[in-house]
Amino acid sequence: MPMIHMTVNGKAVKGHAEPRTLLVEFIRDTLRLTGTHVGCDTSQCGACVVHVDGHAIKSCTTLAVACEGAHVTTIEGLAHGTDLHPMQEAFREHHGLQCGYCTPGMIMSAVDMVNRKGHDLSEHTIREELEGNICRCTGYHNIVKAVAAGAKAMQGMAKAAE
Amino acid sequence: MYEFDYHRPGTLDAAVKLAGEADAKILAGGHTLIPTLKQRLAAPKHLVDLHALRELQGVHLKDGHLVIGAMTTHAHVADSALVKAHLPGLAQLAAGIGDPHVRHRGTIGGSVANNDPAADYPSAVLALNATITTNKRSITADDFFKGMFETALAEGEIITHISFPTGIKSGYAKFPNPASRYALVGVFVAQHGADARVAVTGAGANGVFRASTLEAALKGNFSAAALDGKSVSADGINSDMHADAAYRAHLIGVMAKRAVAAAH
Ligand SMILES: Cc1cc2nc3c(=O)[nH]c(=O)nc-3n(C[C@H](O)[C@H](O)[C@H](O)COP(=O)(O)OP(=O)(O)OC[C@H]3O[C@@H](n4cnc5c(N)ncnc54)[C@H](O)[C@@H]3O)c2cc1C
Ligand code: FES
Ligand code: FES
Repeated sequence: MPMIHMTVNGKAVKGHAEPRTLLVEFIRDTLRLTGTHVGCDTSQCGACVVHVDGHAIKSCTTLAVACEGAHVTTIEGLAHGTDLHPMQEAFREHHGLQCGYCTPGMIMSAVDMVNRKGHDLSEHTIREELEGNICRCTGYHNIVKAVAAGAKAMQGMAKAAE
Repeated sequence: MYEFDYHRPGTLDAAVKLAGEADAKILAGGHTLIPTLKQRLAAPKHLVDLHALRELQGVHLKDGHLVIGAMTTHAHVADSALVKAHLPGLAQLAAGIGDPHVRHRGTIGGSVANNDPAADYPSAVLALNATITTNKRSITADDFFKGMFETALAEGEIITHISFPTGIKSGYAKFPNPASRYALVGVFVAQHGADARVAVTGAGANGVFRASTLEAALKGNFSAAALDGKSVSADGINSDMHADAAYRAHLIGVMAKRAVAAAH
């Protein structure tokens, strides 16, 4: 089995994995970072979204071996100790979750959205950009509010904090 | 997923050699192939990942053509200043594929090689009369698409880049399937001198095709009004749980008008 090396949430990690191991399986089963979820079998739900080399991707549709040497950020990499990331705080504040299953992917997608589209996000932009993230509980309204507020709150923080 | 060996060749020559092995499959963005492997609908022995081939990535302007490397992602095409300046309809098409995460991984080469009957890119390639270049030869769009999921590519042949002529007024309009975002009907229109090419995706029972009645209507008069009252026959149009043939045929006319109106 190949040995795979990555930097995950700023830490160098390695582990054995078969070539057919998905990135999400490597993250959850090998690294035991279980915040990244699997919600579907069809690459549609976005519960598995992580950042690879600065871009949001679906870790259920990417091979772990293909990420050799990559920089990966998961939901566990956003908070500083007990201080939540502004986007996490916004989801709590605006009741942007109910069961929470979709939330890690929603937040990773939202942070990527801010990185690409800036801090002033219209409702339309947010809804379009959440195309690849499904939530079965909230009806999306509060998620949209949370993303807009989180985007503004991220203004103060250095982008490099990611 | 069944087991396979993974390869990440550093040169095109090495990739061609590996892709020529029995039961080898090329891996680009993986956003069609990996879901297929997960469902055990394919069982390749070798996956040949093209991500290390820098020469297959990026957009250049060369001799009046936009040359887009096969490994260029949908997000890259959508954001490219060159594509936006020379073929804005193509940038808009790329920006409407799937969702942001799909666009960060999926590639133009993978989409064109796969020739999904509901994929967006084949319509642009066909309407703009682009040229597909492989490790062996160049193939014009008219000779490339051979029916759903079928192309002129030989086993193990690798697309290196796709060249689009520029200076062409063109536009794209898609009616997305609300669940998958693939095209229920997508129409790419392009003005070639006095002639027009109109390529339709999502609707043909045999994959992407040119709508000759609409092309004739636009000849010499590239305007949405020229399409008034023109319809496309429902023969050979797909019927499925998402839409029947008559509805899709009607949508082709509507999307063609929108594409012409949006063209620049
Ligand atoms: C949730 C979701 C939504 C999507 N929505 C859309 C949509 O709205 N519109 C749309 O058009 N597509 C859509 N797609 C498909 C997406 O665009 C894929 O990225 C694309 O179809 C395949 O490109 P890829 O780079 O991922 O190729 P891969 O999956 O890696 O490969 C696809 C096929 O092409 C072959 N191949 C790849 N590269 C080459 C090459 N350079 N030379 C020769 N053969 C090659 C592979 O061997 C394989 O058979 C969606 C996908 C998902 C998962
Ligand atoms: S688990 Fe990755 S998209 Fe659903
Ligand atoms: S909060 Fe339950 S799926 Fe989104």
